[in-house]
Amino acid sequence: MKELLTSFLSFLDPQWINLIWSLFQIAIVTVCLILTVVFLVYFERKVIGYMHSRVGPNRVGPKGTLQSIADTIKLLLKEVIIPDKADRFFFLLSPLLLLIPALAAWAVVPFSPEFIIADINAGLLYLLALTSFGVYGVILAGWASNSKYAFLGSMRAAAQMVAYEIAMGFALVGVLMAGGSLKLGEIVAAQSGGVLSWFWIPLFPLFIVYFISGIAETNRHPFDLAEGEAEIVAGFHVEYSGIGFAIFFLAEYINMALISVLTSILFLGGWESFFAGISFLETSGFSFLTEPSLFWLLLKTLFFLFVFIWLRASFPRYRYDQLMSLGWKVLIPITILWIGVECVMYVMQIGPWSV
Amino acid sequence: MKIIQLIKKLTLIDFIKGFIVTLKAFFRRKVTVQYPEVKTPLSPRFRGKLALMRYDNGEERCIACKLCSAVCPAQAITIESEERTDGSRRTVKFDIDAFKCIYCGFCEEACPVDSIVETNIFEYHMTENQQRIQTKEMLLATGDQYRDQTIENKKKDSRYR
Repeated sequence: MKELLTSFLSFLDPQWINLIWSLFQIAIVTVCLILTVVFLVYFERKVIGYMHSRVGPNRVGPKGTLQSIADTIKLLLKEVIIPDKADRFFFLLSPLLLLIPALAAWAVVPFSPEFIIADINAGLLYLLALTSFGVYGVILAGWASNSKYAFLGSMRAAAQMVAYEIAMGFALVGVLMAGGSLKLGEIVAAQSGGVLSWFWIPLFPLFIVYFISGIAETNRHPFDLAEGEAEIVAGFHVEYSGIGFAIFFLAEYINMALISVLTSILFLGGWESFFAGISFLETSGFSFLTEPSLFWLLLKTLFFLFVFIWLRASFPRYRYDQLMSLGWKVLIPITILWIGVECVMYVMQIGPWSV
Repeated sequence: MKIIQLIKKLTLIDFIKGFIVTLKAFFRRKVTVQYPEVKTPLSPRFRGKLALMRYDNGEERCIACKLCSAVCPAQAITIESEERTDGSRRTVKFDIDAFKCIYCGFCEEACPVDSIVETNIFEYHMTENQQRIQTKEMLLATGDQYRDQTIENKKKDSRYR
């Protein structure tokens, strides 16, 4: 692909070609993400419908597949209402403050060994920084709306994100120790060689903690206290209508996909195949099953997205004090404990990694 | 006891149980009826839109006894009567306010000549505010339109009355 571009634009400097190539990659990833969200909205409604013994949307398009496009058009055509007493600038800025970090975080996500927009050294650090940046959008949205409900929602979101950020960071420390690198590509490479050498076995508690705090981080069920329909209407985005609301929605789903893809990369071996390392398959005609490819990553991501929705269909929302005690009194001690265990395992040379 | 609780918490056993419940529901047969295309069966006793019936010779059944208007709990029926040249008493006005009507079917029970009946039509609408007053002409037209269907339903239900 890049060779094609290079030969096509050979009259340009290599820097310019690199720039165009990067922009091209960014465009591809962004468009794919938006399409993912379009699919995800449909998928969520369908799965939740099925779990309620309903059939879900089935009116727009074949089997309802165009439902989310119809929803998008509806949202785009709606009037954007800015409350009279709202802080106009921040009110309009905060949806973008939520969306941009959500999109920017995908820059370091490796989709395959070759396809990664920016293979920077501190990839994991960059991810931590950007995922925690998203809370600014939520806080500012609540504050700028000048509404009590929105403000309460954003306060809850702030406290929640601070609490779960720590557990998430500690879980990533465990991955860092096991992977030996901040580069996501190298972390995946450290997990090569079959299901048993993925990090989810030695780091199982961290895997669970990471996913739970990821759910909390994205403000999804059962941790969506920032939205809490029953008590605070819709929380931080109560004053947003039309496209502003759509952007919040988009950012939420992109974050959901990000957490899913990161969980698969960090703990389930990314693009590594489920069947890798099974010599029986490699020698017979099924070697394509054992080769690493984007397909495996997408499959794992889809599974985690399903779990997100599954959780939403299964469990009621946490109470606020339960949420806080789960974050501070359960998840953080578990991660710290397991990092200690991991240190011992590291020194004793038990585990899939080598010094 | 506390240790069991702790193990329960740490293994997320209750969460897994909850997940299994919803996963079972995921594969269960869906109960949704695709309404405009598929309709659930209606009982012949179903109480829908009101109608006025006629005799076979085309004469309207209503004799303006006003029993329906008297029994109506929502007071939705307004009747005015006159004496015809042949000496019979007939209505000049028979209005039913469709917004007041609660479809209780008391008028049908009260009617001595089986004039006012409830059809099993429930999918209807009105486009103007005044149309909520169902006049005598409209009620008779409904009765004419769904005559066969209504008679059949009443026959089916008659053995239980």
